[in-house]
Amino acid sequence: MPPRTPGAELPEHPDWLWHSPEPKSSYDAVIVGGGGHGLATAYYLAKNHGITNIAVLERGWLAGGNMARNTTIIRSNYLWDESAGLYEHALKLWEGLADELDYPLLFSQRGVLNLAHSLQEVRDSVRRVNANRLNGVDAEWLDPDQVAEICPILNTSPDLRYPVLGATWQPRAGIAKHDHVAWGFARALDRMGVDLIQGCEVTGFERVGDRVVGVETTRGPIRTGKVALAAAGHTSVLADTLGLRLPIQSHPLQALVSELLEPVHPTVVMSNSVHVYVSQAHKGELVLGAGIDAHNSYSQRGAFHTIEREMTAAVELFPMFARAHVLRTWGGVVDVTPDASAIMGLTPFEGLYVNCGWGTGGFKSTPGVGWCYAHTIAHDEPHPLNAAFSLERFTTGALVDEHGAAGVAH
Amino acid sequence: MMLIPCPWCGPRNEIEFHYGGQAEVRYPVDPQAVSDEDWARFLFFRDNPKGMFTERWSHAAGCRRWFTVRRDTVTNEIHPDDGASNARTVTR
Repeated sequence: MPPRTPGAELPEHPDWLWHSPEPKSSYDAVIVGGGGHGLATAYYLAKNHGITNIAVLERGWLAGGNMARNTTIIRSNYLWDESAGLYEHALKLWEGLADELDYPLLFSQRGVLNLAHSLQEVRDSVRRVNANRLNGVDAEWLDPDQVAEICPILNTSPDLRYPVLGATWQPRAGIAKHDHVAWGFARALDRMGVDLIQGCEVTGFERVGDRVVGVETTRGPIRTGKVALAAAGHTSVLADTLGLRLPIQSHPLQALVSELLEPVHPTVVMSNSVHVYVSQAHKGELVLGAGIDAHNSYSQRGAFHTIEREMTAAVELFPMFARAHVLRTWGGVVDVTPDASAIMGLTPFEGLYVNCGWGTGGFKSTPGVGWCYAHTIAHDEPHPLNAAFSLERFTTGALVDEHGAAGVAH
Repeated sequence: MMLIPCPWCGPRNEIEFHYGGQAEVRYPVDPQAVSDEDWARFLFFRDNPKGMFTERWSHAAGCRRWFTVRRDTVTNEIHPDDGASNARTVTR
């Protein structure tokens, strides 16, 4: 009997969901970054605007950056009209996306509770509920008993140092399976003839005067009339090669998962004050996140004391988590703006578009970004939903200041 | 976890410090003459290099003084000599 090859008894590898073509020398549009935002943008460029001669360039592997490192929470309960408009548009797209892509995204509208722990936070939360309702976003204010009814494992005892005084509740919020979202978009793009090119890092830009006419990559130059950045934490590294300064700072953002546990956590819980957010993934891992590490970094790792603080808050709010083991922790590089809102729109360079500054909240906006950014790229002018998120706002002072309602204290 | 060299107290755990971002950001000399664009630059725009960064830290749980170090934002390697030689308290 011949010696057995390890793994020989495993089934054949399935067909890939997408091809890996060689880059062509030119495209109508090039998208820099093959994460959720880049893929969604290419998808709506093709679907809504008929532009299919596109390359999505990814320096690593598809959706291997922040898309693979996030905590997958989807919600639209933002305070200001501009943010509510964009995130609610995204949420409506999420609600039909699995059918549209004909791919299971495991989108689960299990709701989100944003806890309030002080009288000021109660007032701010009630204000946000009212603002949400005026913007057509589903929102309710719940007292501690109602909170306990929705999430019985949450410690709503008044004896806590920071007791739960109530919560906002968005029933349509939830989670999705991040890998499936990327794969769903990638499969659709492949079928529409869009080139998804992995292992291709953009190292610079080709320009004629103030017009960007192509990109330099580790796999050769590519000419194009439209270059759209979707590179998250590395956006300023790319912009620096053009001498374009952006008001963003790159920070580590850590997340962690527990071992697999039986379903105990029925919703998503976020707390801004003690700062932790928790949901339970479909397989059973508790998925936890909190704020960024304070210092600038591209190291894709943060310090343990940040995790320690987050775990302290988690165990205080969910005493039963004290018995869970941490399985894995990791860090991403997030780009944070001074007003905690994203930047999406035109740049001083013709043919160069920027989408960055999503900080800790890029995943939930994925289809909304794709929709609006594609419009911006196709028409050379912002979609009404992203017009307020321009680069110019830092000069005019018309900031979209979502620090208060972003649900994160970065 | 970083070991940050306070010029006055010596190397201490990161948790004792408060981060102050980019160093040597100067307040406009003649504020009345500054354009909207330059105010925006001063208020909101900072370097964000992948590599060496000159930045401010405050030893919040120690001597409470500010100082400057050079740190590689990819490896977190800190160059304490620069920090010690350039250390200065904040005057404003």
